[in-house]
Amino acid sequence: MNRYTILVYTENFIGILNRITIIFTRRGININALTASESRLDGIHKITIEVTVTPEQIEHLVKQIEKVVDVIKAYYFMDDEVVYQEIALYKIPIASLDPSLEKVIRQFNAHIIAAEKEFVVLEFTGHKEDTQALLEILKPFDLLEFSRSGRVAIAKPRFSVQEFLNNQT
Amino acid sequence: MVRGADIVVKSLIAENSEYIFGYPGGAIMPVYDALYDYSDKIKHVLTRHEQGAIHAAQGYARVSGKVGVVLATSGPGATNLITGLADAQIDSTPLVCITGQVAAHLLGSDAFQETDVVGLSMPGTKWNIQVRRVEDIAPAIAKAFHIAKTGRPGPVLVDITKNAQIEFGEFNYVPCLNVRSYRPYQPINQDAVTAAAALIDTAERPYVLYGQGVVLAHAENELKAFLDKTGIPAACTLLGSGALPESHPNYVGKLGMHGNYAPNLLTNKCDVLIAVGMRFDDRVTGDLQRYAKQAKVIHLELDPSEIDKNVKCTVPILGDCKKSLSLLTEAVSQKSHETWLERFRELEGQEKEAVVSNDLHGTHGGLHMGEVIHLVNKFKEEDAILVTDVGQHQMIAWRYFDFKTTRTQVTSGGLGTMGFALPAALGAQLNDYKKQVICVVGDGGIQMTIQELGTIMQTKAPVKVVLLNNNYLGMVRQWQQLFFDKRYSFTELDNPDFIKIAEAYSFKARKVTEREDLEAAVAEMLVQEGPYFLEVVVEKEDNVFPMIATGCSVEEVRLS
Ligand SMILES: Cc1ncc(C[n+]2csc(CCOP(=O)(O)OP(=O)(O)O)c2C)c(N)n1
Ligand SMILES: [Mg+2]
Repeated sequence: MNRYTILVYTENFIGILNRITIIFTRRGININALTASESRLDGIHKITIEVTVTPEQIEHLVKQIEKVVDVIKAYYFMDDEVVYQEIALYKIPIASLDPSLEKVIRQFNAHIIAAEKEFVVLEFTGHKEDTQALLEILKPFDLLEFSRSGRVAIAKPRFSVQEFLNNQT
Repeated sequence: MVRGADIVVKSLIAENSEYIFGYPGGAIMPVYDALYDYSDKIKHVLTRHEQGAIHAAQGYARVSGKVGVVLATSGPGATNLITGLADAQIDSTPLVCITGQVAAHLLGSDAFQETDVVGLSMPGTKWNIQVRRVEDIAPAIAKAFHIAKTGRPGPVLVDITKNAQIEFGEFNYVPCLNVRSYRPYQPINQDAVTAAAALIDTAERPYVLYGQGVVLAHAENELKAFLDKTGIPAACTLLGSGALPESHPNYVGKLGMHGNYAPNLLTNKCDVLIAVGMRFDDRVTGDLQRYAKQAKVIHLELDPSEIDKNVKCTVPILGDCKKSLSLLTEAVSQKSHETWLERFRELEGQEKEAVVSNDLHGTHGGLHMGEVIHLVNKFKEEDAILVTDVGQHQMIAWRYFDFKTTRTQVTSGGLGTMGFALPAALGAQLNDYKKQVICVVGDGGIQMTIQELGTIMQTKAPVKVVLLNNNYLGMVRQWQQLFFDKRYSFTELDNPDFIKIAEAYSFKARKVTEREDLEAAVAEMLVQEGPYFLEVVVEKEDNVFPMIATGCSVEEVRLS
């Protein structure tokens, strides 16, 4: 099993996300994380899916995704073929703030992005392994809440959805 | 300005639809009201159940090659379509289904007969859409037809809210010719054709497997030309039957769980396997780990997602097989494979002796299903259409029916939907009243959609129904006998008097229990002008052989 990033370029069509996710559900495959956003091209959406599957499964999944009428193009990449990030937020009670925490914040280059009477919110961006490591360290500080985004990714290999669209016959 | 409901009907007419199979209800009533004014331009067939409507549309689409059109109301009307959608999806049948929906402002409120049809039908459609505004109706229907019939065909569903049906808008129908995200046809890679031709030319025991893809691509002549030139033996899948006349010298039989002996067994003896428009269904391959491992595989296929899905191929040839087959025929050399073909013939002889002769020529004991089909062959017209339900009778009819021309078989292949045959036969018959349509059905399956006898009565479609009555859910009973120690758990049926039922629906009906009456009855049925219902009481515990049991390899096909 490998960890893959699937980039799906789609029309902005109601229900498209559902059509894509049922491909995974039907095969009993868990989606690690999913992010939907605009793409560089007007009106074209980009869905980023992180999934851990076998090489045969990823081939199969991507072909099934491309079969969806409103999907323009889907690509898949190994971790070393994409630049990717995840953002994590950590809510820490004021009472836990002490010099050892300062050390952790400096060491991770994390930011305090909100301060309230009762708590502060730390923000840290990186790979899942990094945000997870910080999570483990912060747990003893009475961490109140944790939230991590899905992967956002840019592929290193060159490909062009625009070119693909231009080649329409 | 016209009402949305009129736009629906005018759009269907603009797509040259001949029939609508449907059933009315609250949320689709405006469209029904509009239909009242167009009965000279488009015919509506009122079935007795929405499942009947969609199976009838499937039967119509399968024999005509056109898009079947279905109309149903919201809620239960729409949910009754689900089986047919799943069936059409897995068997690649082009359908446009239009369902009514509650008014847009009520969506999500659990209004009367509101159900999330778009969500429910998503896995069973090639594409679907909900239309909430009158101006979106015609473009949605145009796109629906384009998607249903191009590429690998399939069912699409357009859910139209009631407000959109009653609002007024302009009617200006623009057929859809292109959807930018959708590539129905792949360009054919000439290098792949060359590579495949080289494999075929050097093969000693090449073997062609063809499926429904040949029919869908209208590539019957191209397949024949390829076989004529190369001399390669060819076997068909369940839905591929008819793509090649069975009298063709290279035709060696049928594949799969209840196919023929030689075609299954020799799959593991060929050196190059050429799969044309077929998808290596598990009912064809048996255990994949032991399927054609010795062979190099060439796969001619339109749908990229089928390549390497079940069987890894050496040379994929993506694209329309009508084109790829003719390119391949040009590229290969003329050959013959007489000794290799001879091996098929030898094994065919063994199957004849062990199974076929007894199936077709019973002498004592109860009638065999095969005897009935054998007599049907004797009296049927050359281009008669066989429609079957699901079970033992389906496999027997498929095995023994004499397929002479294309699009002469309609059956539920991928989904195996009991209850499919009767409405599908109606649809097949409506496409051409003059063709002989023979509906072979079991005593279990007919009772799943028996109400469609009423639709046959009302349309006067001259369908010939052949009920093979073994008083059992026979196929399940066969498995219970072979794999569950003969524990016949809930498979025996107390059946009604089918003849009385048929007569109540104005069918000329006859019941045969004795061997000596069978021939006259079949002959009588096949000269009858109107609908006919023939019930044949057959041996209760006959089994279908050959058989590849679940989990077994094609080599383990058994004759008894
Ligand atoms: C809707 C549906 N339910 C259940 C089945 C499972 N099934 C497959 S064949 C069969 C028995 C069919 O009995 P009958 O129609 O009498 O045909 P026979 O096998 O006896 O010829 C059953 C129950 C099915 N294929 N479809
Ligand atoms: Mg039966």
